[in-house]
Amino acid sequence: MNAAWLVFRRELAAYFATPIAAVFLVVFLAGIAGMTFFVANFFDRGQADMSAFFLWHPWLFLVLMPAIGMRLWAEERRAGTIELLMTLPVSPWALVVGKWLAAWVFAGLALVLTMPLWITVNYLGSPDNGVILASYIGSWLLAGCYLAIAACMSALTKNQILAFIGAVVVNFIFVMAGFDLVLAAVRNWAPLVIIEAIASMSFVGHFQRIADGVLEIPALIFFASLIFFALWLNVRILEVRKAA
Amino acid sequence: MALVETRALVKRFGAFTAVDGISFSVDRGEVVGFLGPNGAGKSTTMKLIAGFLEPTAGSAAIGGHDSQTDAVAARKLLGYLPEGAPLYPDMTVAGFLDFVAAMRGMTGAKARDRLAELVERIELAEVWNRRIEALSKGFKRRVGIAQALVHDPDVLILDEPTDGLDPNQKHEVRELIRSIAANKAIIISTHILEEVEAVCTRAIIIARGKLLSDGTPEELMSRTPAFDEQGRPRSGSVRLEEVFRDITHPNVSPAADTTKLETAGA
Ligand SMILES: Nc1ncnc2c1ncn2[C@@H]1O[C@H](COP(=O)(O)OP(=O)(O)OP(=O)(O)O)[C@@H](O)[C@H]1O
Ligand SMILES: [Mg+2]
Repeated sequence: MNAAWLVFRRELAAYFATPIAAVFLVVFLAGIAGMTFFVANFFDRGQADMSAFFLWHPWLFLVLMPAIGMRLWAEERRAGTIELLMTLPVSPWALVVGKWLAAWVFAGLALVLTMPLWITVNYLGSPDNGVILASYIGSWLLAGCYLAIAACMSALTKNQILAFIGAVVVNFIFVMAGFDLVLAAVRNWAPLVIIEAIASMSFVGHFQRIADGVLEIPALIFFASLIFFALWLNVRILEVRKAA
Repeated sequence: MALVETRALVKRFGAFTAVDGISFSVDRGEVVGFLGPNGAGKSTTMKLIAGFLEPTAGSAAIGGHDSQTDAVAARKLLGYLPEGAPLYPDMTVAGFLDFVAAMRGMTGAKARDRLAELVERIELAEVWNRRIEALSKGFKRRVGIAQALVHDPDVLILDEPTDGLDPNQKHEVRELIRSIAANKAIIISTHILEEVEAVCTRAIIIARGKLLSDGTPEELMSRTPAFDEQGRPRSGSVRLEEVFRDITHPNVSPAADTTKLETAGA
């Protein structure tokens, strides 16, 4: 997997080669601070925990992760560099994993930059740090899912805007899957297994279970398998497009 | 065994057939020029050999390894310059060539020595630490060529390697190709017929996806008179150009041309 490592390094450097990375990180931090302090009334809750902070991650990521992932393949296709990359003597898996990993680590860095909040909460009271750590891990895994889906969308087009929109739409479907609104719509006619299957695909449900404090194994397995499946799909998309 | 071999290659984009049953092979020591009008299918054929595109029918192989089913082995032998010499604009020349060398499994002293040799040979020293987006077109093209030569491949496929270069640089690239040709199989595409005369041992003419002619530049030239009506010798590229037009424009047949010449002469 040396090739995946090389691709990872190149891609991560590419994020920082332009001011876009800085802009993104500022938007991310401002967005998350806005949600936490103004919408969720972080201070008024009078609780020393970070649930108000993590509550918004599935929604914020819905826009921010596609923004990170949209360039992964679309930019290469637009510039033609994909021809260089895909004629190197490496497996497409190495390229797919390397690119996704770079985006994921970049997202992880954005999360790390929110850690002053964690320190603040500890200063104000005595939160359950185990819960907070579990929530961070859950949040990062959630970001990995959004990014793996965004990478697939990016592999479908050379237009980054289309990749962005596609990723938002697909991720939105996964977010909405667990909500009663959606489940109510199918409850009347769909068999129970289907309803349960839909509900079990929900990003929010799995994230909430992790964020509630236990690094719940089924939820971890769900995120890991979803990421793996999306990366597999990404490889398939690249292969199918060669024959298009 | 031929280093490059295509068998009845076909590539369709929807209903449009871009490559229509092309078969040929290239041996070590040959420099094959791909000629043909715009949209003839030259670049598409090259992408099929490189394995970037999958053929609709037929197959391509490099060193006996199928470009699709044995892709990694085939690509190890291949240096490829895609059309337009695409590069990562945000990388430096050094960073980019290091990346390509590492992706090709070259590390440490081996990579360093080879890159040093290429810098010398392709004259990249003055831009070595510059970002690629800030380079002139000529330097970009040279970086693209360097990238294809990093691992000293047996097979080189260069899609319009001299496009956009000034006459001096064109000359240098041709010299470079000539100097490495002896132990490689090289395919270049070009719209410049004097280039064919200068570097190619063989010329393949493609139009509308079909291979229309395959022979040495001399054989091609011999299809037109070596002297004009006044008995002056005609240059190779003028003669090649005439043959090129005859072959790729079937409605203006060579016979009709000759008649016109005769009438003009009479
Ligand atoms: N991805 C694609 N989808 C649809 N049509 C394509 C695609 N790629 C190439 N074509 C078409 O196939 C034909 C052959 O294109 P190709 O690029 O191989 O020509 P070429 O001989 O390299 O031309 P040029 O001399 O202009 O570079 C063209 O008509 C082109 O429009
Ligand atoms: Mg072309």
